Amino acid sequence: MTSIVATNQTILVVGGGIAGMTAALEAAETGKQVVLVEKNPWLGGRTAQLYRYFPKMCHPTCGLEINLRRLKANPRIQVLTMAEVTEITGTAGDYSVNVTLSPRYVNSKCTACGDCSKAVSTEIADAFNYNLGKVKAAYLPHDMAYPQRYVLDPSIIGTADAEAAKAACKVDAIDLDQQTETLNLRAGAIVWATGWQPYAAEKITPYRYGEFKNVITNVEFERLADPHGPTRGKILRPSDGKEAKNVAFIQCAGSRDENHLRHCSRFCCMASLKQTHYVQEAFGDEGKSTIYYIDIRAIDRFEDFYQKVKANPNVSFVKSKVARISEDKNGDPRLWGVNTEGYKRYSEPHDLVVLAVGMEPAVKGMAIPAALSEGIAADSSGFLAMNGNTGVFGAGCATNALDVNRAVQSATAAALRAIQVVNQVARAEN
Amino acid sequence: MSANNTAMAVRYKNNFLKELEDQAEMGEWIKMCMQCGVCAGSCPTNFHPGWDHPPQEIFMMVRAGRREEVLTSNSMWMCTSCYNCYVRCPRKLPITHIMHGIANYAHRLGVAPKLQPTRNFGKIFWNNAAKTGRVNEVMLTVDLYFRNAEGKFDLMAGIKKALEMQSIAIGLVKAGRLNPLELFGGHKCKDQKGIQAMLKKARELEETRKALKAA
Repeated sequence: MTSIVATNQTILVVGGGIAGMTAALEAAETGKQVVLVEKNPWLGGRTAQLYRYFPKMCHPTCGLEINLRRLKANPRIQVLTMAEVTEITGTAGDYSVNVTLSPRYVNSKCTACGDCSKAVSTEIADAFNYNLGKVKAAYLPHDMAYPQRYVLDPSIIGTADAEAAKAACKVDAIDLDQQTETLNLRAGAIVWATGWQPYAAEKITPYRYGEFKNVITNVEFERLADPHGPTRGKILRPSDGKEAKNVAFIQCAGSRDENHLRHCSRFCCMASLKQTHYVQEAFGDEGKSTIYYIDIRAIDRFEDFYQKVKANPNVSFVKSKVARISEDKNGDPRLWGVNTEGYKRYSEPHDLVVLAVGMEPAVKGMAIPAALSEGIAADSSGFLAMNGNTGVFGAGCATNALDVNRAVQSATAAALRAIQVVNQVARAEN
Repeated sequence: MSANNTAMAVRYKNNFLKELEDQAEMGEWIKMCMQCGVCAGSCPTNFHPGWDHPPQEIFMMVRAGRREEVLTSNSMWMCTSCYNCYVRCPRKLPITHIMHGIANYAHRLGVAPKLQPTRNFGKIFWNNAAKTGRVNEVMLTVDLYFRNAEGKFDLMAGIKKALEMQSIAIGLVKAGRLNPLELFGGHKCKDQKGIQAMLKKARELEETRKALKAA
């Protein structure tokens, strides 16, 4: 059984992405007790799945690593991975929370040596790489995963593969008897940081995502460019493994569209501008990027970044939302539309099309526990909007479409609000 | 140019967008366009050489006040009412209906391209149906095809077309869809006067509404 110490002065943080980690760290570093609950077997969320951040083009292995070090050094944070909040009752200053833990089948003795993985033959879709590749059913989610501990996929439990993995483990870290368990904990305040998901691109039917192999999403492109990704960092298009030297980016794929996502997802323009660097980096002057856009929204202080990309002769901009995509015989996706500058019709083939899909809040459609739903409401896009009289605070992309930088700011704000609630509880008891 | 056209041009001097908002069906939507180009790219007449301006461009021209060019353009009449633009528009503009609204307005002002086939057919069809409340198929084809390139009555052109299309005509007759005797009158609705009074009243109401907006 997992044991957790939690009181009504504990802050519960739901979601272990960049926002949740930040909120947990900020609160813990002021001396509060924090329980951090994450659904995946690892922390870092979608930030860990990026190749690089804008605007400084550094790798998450750097930025996230700093947070992981703060986390490891802080005894006040208890981390629960493969855990989901299933029920919340009570009021601000006194919540009772049920957390369901899924079995990892690997205990804390794991040294991440990888022997179990070698012993297992079953392969499953690689979720960390947006299912672009396969991994063994005994796997380390990614190289810098925290905790550095392997996971056994439930599909092999009860098979010879699971026994083989257990036999291969020299440190007795594999526990095939682990069961799903439910914990009940107390909390004074809750930070809800469940993040976002990429908009389901197959819903934008004229773009034929899912049907044409060379039409991919921006999050998938991050994995293609990453040396830890399925192609080891080579930008190869999925249909035939050809180097994708002529890449088209389609902005507002789903965003700013009443038929899909009403809101501007904010990060996608910067993400595509950033991704043109990947093409340039991989192929030099042979790498050509074309950005199809309605208008470029280089948010905040990033106009400069945009201007630099614009000055690159290998990047062209077409002011037009692409109307539809067809496929040439050689597998090239062909983009059709009308250029707003001059109203010229075009029909352009590219090697690869990247849909800059927007952010959909992960809370949309999620069964929000009762006490939580009293304190919050969703805006017209499904993001959380707080009403103020509650001990539950949204953070990061659960509340709005944000980039990493803004998600961190939002998380710090949420941590401060949560701290105020538990401080009041503490004073009432003193 | 009709007197009405001149009057409207004077009334809405320099504000063509406002003019269409008041006077054209669905005109109030035009200002919502964000110029993304999905309508233009989705249009089946996209690569048609005879197509002056895609919807997106028409909307921009309206906002730029290019009244003469818009109203005399063939663009709105090229619309096939496939509704691709309507369902794909990210701002949910009823583009198909806006196109029809502008076309109708241009027609009422008497500035629409006279022999544009869609407009020509629309006019003949309306006059035909509004008379008796029922469409007289024979008279419709006579009106449509017995004309030369300038739109004047032309017996030879009609006979030529009739020979060209005789197998279709015979098929229609056999299927009971076309009665040659309609040439001498044809079927009517029971209350012909009632239909006409109704159409007259509808037109009156529309005129009153538009006049109020123009006032």
